[in-house]
Amino acid sequence: MMFVPGNNPGMMADAHIYGPDSIMLDLEDSVTMAEKDTARLLVHNALKSIDYGDTEMVVRINPLNTPYGKKDIEAVVKAGVDVIRMPKTETAEEVIEVEREIERVEKEIGCLGRTKIMAAIESTLGIVNAYAIATASPRMMGIALGAEDYCANLKAQRTKGGEELRLARETIVVAARAAGIDALDTVFSNLNDMETFRNEVEYIKSLGFDGKSIINPRQIEVVNEIFTPKEKEIEKARAIVAAIMEAEKKGSGVIALNGKMIDRPVVIRAQRTIQMAIASGVLSPDEA
Amino acid sequence: MELKTAFAGTLESGDILIQISPAEKPGIEIELESTVAYQFGDQIKSVITETAKGLGIESARITATDKGALDCTVKARTTAAVVRATGKDVWKD
Repeated sequence: MMFVPGNNPGMMADAHIYGPDSIMLDLEDSVTMAEKDTARLLVHNALKSIDYGDTEMVVRINPLNTPYGKKDIEAVVKAGVDVIRMPKTETAEEVIEVEREIERVEKEIGCLGRTKIMAAIESTLGIVNAYAIATASPRMMGIALGAEDYCANLKAQRTKGGEELRLARETIVVAARAAGIDALDTVFSNLNDMETFRNEVEYIKSLGFDGKSIINPRQIEVVNEIFTPKEKEIEKARAIVAAIMEAEKKGSGVIALNGKMIDRPVVIRAQRTIQMAIASGVLSPDEA
Repeated sequence: MELKTAFAGTLESGDILIQISPAEKPGIEIELESTVAYQFGDQIKSVITETAKGLGIESARITATDKGALDCTVKARTTAAVVRATGKDVWKD
């Protein structure tokens, strides 16, 4: 998910050319209070006019307790946004309030149920309430970590290794998995330190995250490379799925492949590898 | 509709700076400066005029400095300038 400031029409016009899976147009932190009105109009008109193809379009709105939040929702729902990203979410009630506003606008324009919600969790209270937030609405499609505000609230310093974020990251992945939605990691803002960025992406993938928030097209290649299953992994996954299908035909749920026991959890992981390979474009659905 | 002078936009690449102010005579008068005026000048003026008229503006003087803005940006910046000039928002409170 690539962050793009909602007050920069040049970046908004070009963002999809770099091929991110999703683009988040930002109306919150990257827009000054004096330009909230103009950014909202830019984002509304860009969503209505620019052909972003298959790219998932997300807009980060201002909180509803500001004078901007409700207008942001009206503007982006009327423009057909895929996902509204809530900033600084701390409770399930906040999600329900946003859902209510979305519904009001969707009813007005006759497209009830179209808009999904993603919540960014950026405080200790938000982490404590992560599962309640993740399950607050059937529109919820993901939760994400916002590390800078979280660390300020935690009274901890950011470090290269990210130890201060370990509990928050694990909590978000567990809550997202329990709720059956996506988990997205925070941004890495030092564009000159690609080595630490790479290590961080590898680390968050190993924790179970579905993706990484990014702030520059230069970061896309690294994320795609790390999240795309390798040829060996795909071959192994296909062999596992083929073997279990063969076994199920014979009425067995457990088999051995190359001397290792293959049971349900192994098959689930193999199926996920195949899904990721298809989504990454390295495997066609016919080959799966 | 009563107008005061207002601006919206920037001079960054891909953007357009719109200034709207009261006109001395009826109609919408547009002064456009653009590096692509030869190819797209009429189109840019047409988007500005249609957007302003759609928001109830019948008389105004508009100065536009274009830096290669798409039509959707021209529309957004013109709308923002009109909203700022009239105080009438396009969204509900």
